[in-house]
Amino acid sequence: MNQAQLPPEQPDSGEQRSVTEMERRQFLKLGLAVTGIFAGGTLLSAASVVDEVFASRQDFADRYPYKPHYSMVIRQDNCIDCERCMAACARTNEVPEYGYRTRVLEQVDPEARERKTEFIPILCNQCNNPACTRACPTGATYKDKQNGIVMVDSDKCIGCKTCMSACPYNARYYNEEKKSVDKCNFCFDTRLSEGKTLTACAAACPAGVRVFGDLSDPDSEVYKRVHDIEKAVWVLRPETGVKPNVFYTKG
Amino acid sequence: MSDNVSSEAVEAQFPEVELTGAMDAIRSKLYLIAVIAMGLLVAAGVAAGLHAKSIGSLEAYGATREMPWGILISTYVFFVVTSTGLCLVSSIGHVFGVKDFAPIAKRSVFLAVATIVAGFFVIFFEIENPFRMAVYNVISPNLTSNIWWMGTLYGAYMMFMAVEFYLLVSGRYKFAMVAGFLGVVAGVAAHSNLGAVFGMLDGREFWYGPFMPIYFIASAMMSGAAAIILFTWLGYKVSGEEMDEPMKRALKLTTKVGILLITVILFFTIWKFIIGFAGSEAKVRALESLLTGPYAFNFWVLEIAVGMIVPLVLFIKSRGEQVGTMALASAMMIFGIFFMRYDLVVVGQVVPVQYELNVTEYSGLLSYTPSAHEILVVLGGIGLAGLIFLLGEKAFGGHKSEAH
Repeated sequence: MNQAQLPPEQPDSGEQRSVTEMERRQFLKLGLAVTGIFAGGTLLSAASVVDEVFASRQDFADRYPYKPHYSMVIRQDNCIDCERCMAACARTNEVPEYGYRTRVLEQVDPEARERKTEFIPILCNQCNNPACTRACPTGATYKDKQNGIVMVDSDKCIGCKTCMSACPYNARYYNEEKKSVDKCNFCFDTRLSEGKTLTACAAACPAGVRVFGDLSDPDSEVYKRVHDIEKAVWVLRPETGVKPNVFYTKG
Repeated sequence: MSDNVSSEAVEAQFPEVELTGAMDAIRSKLYLIAVIAMGLLVAAGVAAGLHAKSIGSLEAYGATREMPWGILISTYVFFVVTSTGLCLVSSIGHVFGVKDFAPIAKRSVFLAVATIVAGFFVIFFEIENPFRMAVYNVISPNLTSNIWWMGTLYGAYMMFMAVEFYLLVSGRYKFAMVAGFLGVVAGVAAHSNLGAVFGMLDGREFWYGPFMPIYFIASAMMSGAAAIILFTWLGYKVSGEEMDEPMKRALKLTTKVGILLITVILFFTIWKFIIGFAGSEAKVRALESLLTGPYAFNFWVLEIAVGMIVPLVLFIKSRGEQVGTMALASAMMIFGIFFMRYDLVVVGQVVPVQYELNVTEYSGLLSYTPSAHEILVVLGGIGLAGLIFLLGEKAFGGHKSEAH
């Protein structure tokens, strides 16, 4: 990463201003060494998420110039598995009982010291380099050029289910009523396009797990959290190279 | 059924009929029974497929969200692999001019069309909205999609093969050679794209990589050799004629191709495992499910023993001369290869994509069981290929070929 391309620090972070970029980098490396790999390799260091998602910040903005660049940060340890997100999603987006657009998975580590169970909400990662849209024969699923959301044009879906096989996150299902594959679109048609600022799941979450916003806006909470290199931020299945826009963190 | 027993039975019924006449009567009766049986399979497949479309795949088919591709996809792969193989192996004669292969040309080209039609029959019932496919593949193509290329190229392939068959039958061999060449090019392109449909899914480690397109082509030639031997033998059973020397020689050479390709696929399989075991945990789990897990019977008995090792031994023992033994070996291969395709498709999905997340929901292997609807559609496809073969033998007089 080119240091010259790092954005100026926020004026309100008075304390942090005394820390030079070089020191930050050193701290980051230290953190990598300390945290290492936890929980079966699902936790990656902040360094790798920066590399995975931001080749360099300018490169990234050039390559994925979405405005707004919708994105979600999941504060994993806050999730209590109440599943209100799932209910709100199903209600808002007419998701049938046999399907889901978002789900909460349970991770148990019997050897952990105190808390042994964590919950991991999953949804479409709205990847910057989606495996599904490449595989779709008719362009029925595509990445919106403006906001980067992976959309489905139901009329064009032939139901070959290649996108379902291609998705590394199991984010897709075949909707019999729509006669089309269906998936999370960050509530674009049901909420965002009507002026609402949050997805149904983010609005319904009582624990503030799902932080939704615009990754291209340095003032947004998602931007701040993803760029907070003093905290571990990671993505799921980075090895597939799909460059997801759903990030995970703790705290 | 043994000819002796049945001819005696018929002689008892019709003592005045000459022996050869009785044999012919039996043969045409058996032929009729086979045609009717195949027709019934097609009817059952169509009925099951249409019923599945009316009640929805969620209820009718065994495939799930986690394992979206089941036996219909693998059977489609089975048929198009066989078709491509028939085209490639027989093209040695009718496209590339190796005269000794020429006698198998017409039947192979005809069967290549028959099997791709059977493949399209099965995929028609797998695809949820096949009519949308016809429209949007044309007006909204996605050129990065292997499915798009595969569908388009197989469409072209089927057309070239049908044209080639027409030209062969009407004796225009020069033009047939051109159509055959175009068929080979389209077939290789289409078939390697089918491999890439799987090989380019980087979220599915069992499939991912350049291995699949290469494997698909080699494995097509293995299937093609088996199909040529079995169906040529069957064709002569239908007509009751003796094979002439050129045909025997063509089958001997095809047997050699079969031996070569079985060893190639065994070689590929061995390396797939050795390299795979150096890979991620997800990939290792998939390979283990074949070696020692729920797919071990399919793998060791059906794929390896029935599909490759026993046929290899029989081929070698037959010296390419005992056509009955070669036909038996080929039938075993085709049976085993059917499960090879099944395992390829199913095992590629048994490890959940979230497996390495260590979550309770996806801690073990997924499972898939074909539904009755799916099995009937598969049988319908088999019936359709068989029916077209049987009708073709009569309609085109045993696909006799003049030298060309």
